[in-house]
Amino acid sequence: MAATALSSQQAAVRAKRNPLRMVKNLFFPVAPTYLFMIIPAMALFTFFIIYPAVQGAIWSFTNYVGYGTSKFIGLANYKAAFADPTIRDSYGFTLLFAVTACVVTNVVAMSLALALNAKIRWRAGFRTIFFMPMVLSGLIVSYIFTFIIGTSVPIIAGVIHFAPLESSLLASQNAAWLGVVFVASWVAVPGAIIIYLAGLVSVPGEVYEAASIDGATAWQQFQKVTFPLLFPFFMINTILTFKSFLNVYDVTVGLTGGGPGTATTSVAQTIFNGFFNGDYAYQMANAFIFFIITLFFAVFQLSVMRRRGGTL
Amino acid sequence: MVTQVTTAPVAVTPSMTRRRRGPAREDFRVNWGLTLIVAIISLIVLVPLYFAVAMALKSPAQTGTGTGFTFPWPLQWGNFRAAWDLTDFPLAFSMSLLVTVIAVAGEILVSSLAAWSIVRNWGHWQFRATFVYLLLALFIPFPVVALPQVKLTAAIGLANPFGVAILHIMFQLAFNVLLFSAYIRGIPAELEESARIDGCSTWQVFRKIVLPLLAPMAATVGIFAFLQSWNDFMMPHLITANPKWQTLPVVQYLFQDQFTTNFNVAFASYLMALLPTLIVFLIAQRWVVSGIMRGSIK
Repeated sequence: MAATALSSQQAAVRAKRNPLRMVKNLFFPVAPTYLFMIIPAMALFTFFIIYPAVQGAIWSFTNYVGYGTSKFIGLANYKAAFADPTIRDSYGFTLLFAVTACVVTNVVAMSLALALNAKIRWRAGFRTIFFMPMVLSGLIVSYIFTFIIGTSVPIIAGVIHFAPLESSLLASQNAAWLGVVFVASWVAVPGAIIIYLAGLVSVPGEVYEAASIDGATAWQQFQKVTFPLLFPFFMINTILTFKSFLNVYDVTVGLTGGGPGTATTSVAQTIFNGFFNGDYAYQMANAFIFFIITLFFAVFQLSVMRRRGGTL
Repeated sequence: MVTQVTTAPVAVTPSMTRRRRGPAREDFRVNWGLTLIVAIISLIVLVPLYFAVAMALKSPAQTGTGTGFTFPWPLQWGNFRAAWDLTDFPLAFSMSLLVTVIAVAGEILVSSLAAWSIVRNWGHWQFRATFVYLLLALFIPFPVVALPQVKLTAAIGLANPFGVAILHIMFQLAFNVLLFSAYIRGIPAELEESARIDGCSTWQVFRKIVLPLLAPMAATVGIFAFLQSWNDFMMPHLITANPKWQTLPVVQYLFQDQFTTNFNVAFASYLMALLPTLIVFLIAQRWVVSGIMRGSIK
């Protein structure tokens, strides 16, 4: 880095003498090859991500329907979105689902990671089995579970006279979301297990020996030794799974199609519906409310992590 | 992020494991009770997969009004043939492959170049600002910009698998640059300077010195890109206009209505769509797992 710093100093000295150089140095301070490596990427990034985001933000203040002309209508879309029961319900479902699935995924993944790290027989084989769902398409997995939960389970429940499951869980207005939690967790657990296993490998073995000698029980060891050491990995997993659960789409579309009624319609699905019923600008307003909420959770999680001494 | 963990082989020494009883010992005494519990829990993963296979190998008459869990006999291989023809499997497979190959190659190349350029010019505020600008995208999920993006890609003739691949590259750019730049900071700049003294241009330094050193992180980025692009449903579903050019998951979605008359063909079709990633995973498991660990811990 010393050479680069030196050459930039020299460049700065030379730039003082020549105004044209000054302009060039402000925008292109380094070798052209470096610029060639980054400017096309940044241009594409701006064009494909930032420009649509800005354009969408502008549209959210208009009455645009997806084609033709539009005019500025101020905050009307936002006001209507806050009063809209469909949108409110989609946030209710998405948040309830994301929080539950996040808790379920982390508890299950951490328990399984501990078990898969313990002295069990066929450890490699069991790991392979538990990792498999990670590589499968969430949509297709949901289709498989639609049949299992919707058709097979009620038949089995009928045989053993287990009343709660005798009718399809997915057809229940109040309980369908539990099916979504189950399938989404089924897909998300393996990735979380891998991260927890990485954490367990980095835990030095001596601390357990010390704890054993002091007569700590298994639960005490977990509480006082394992969990604190796993905490950074717990935070990473929470952030990653919660973020992906907030955007849930594949699993609800595959499992319930958003139903019954709109009981499991996620925010993402509500936004996409803006295409099909002319609510274009209206759903852009919804998308920006969603963005603010996503941002809020991300910043909140990061600040919790900072406070607890995590190192993200 | 935690940076001390670099490679992550899953091997574990006995002293690291949680002990249930008894003093510390170096020998590996199998905990059979826990093994049994793990075996029972593993059924949650295995039974649905068995169910998919069993359903795919039955005729509708064999399924009847049963649960679908019965063993399929005689095996109905014809379901796969029917699903192959009905969904035009080779075309959908090619589209998935096209999107995935472009996304994997593009993500590795674009983000490694950008990350190297940023890290080696960290002294200039323009590059630091670029980095922050990129990281903004970590907080923009696809649903937020989906509607304008669909209009944009349609307007410039990218409402097709190429557009999907480009968007995959762009959405992952921030995360990938983060991964690569953390890794590049660990590579001593002296290595590159000695190559420069030997007369290498900036571009040659990257191609001959830096890129080979980035291989482990490139594998991580590639694995993530492969899994995400291959399994993505949301983006191709919205971006690609022509149903003929859809990737495998979307094709399953589009045929779902026709499948309801014959669930067995549907399950044969699901299996064919799931098998490629499953096979790749079983062959390259060690790589995939260590790659994902590296990606999440860095």
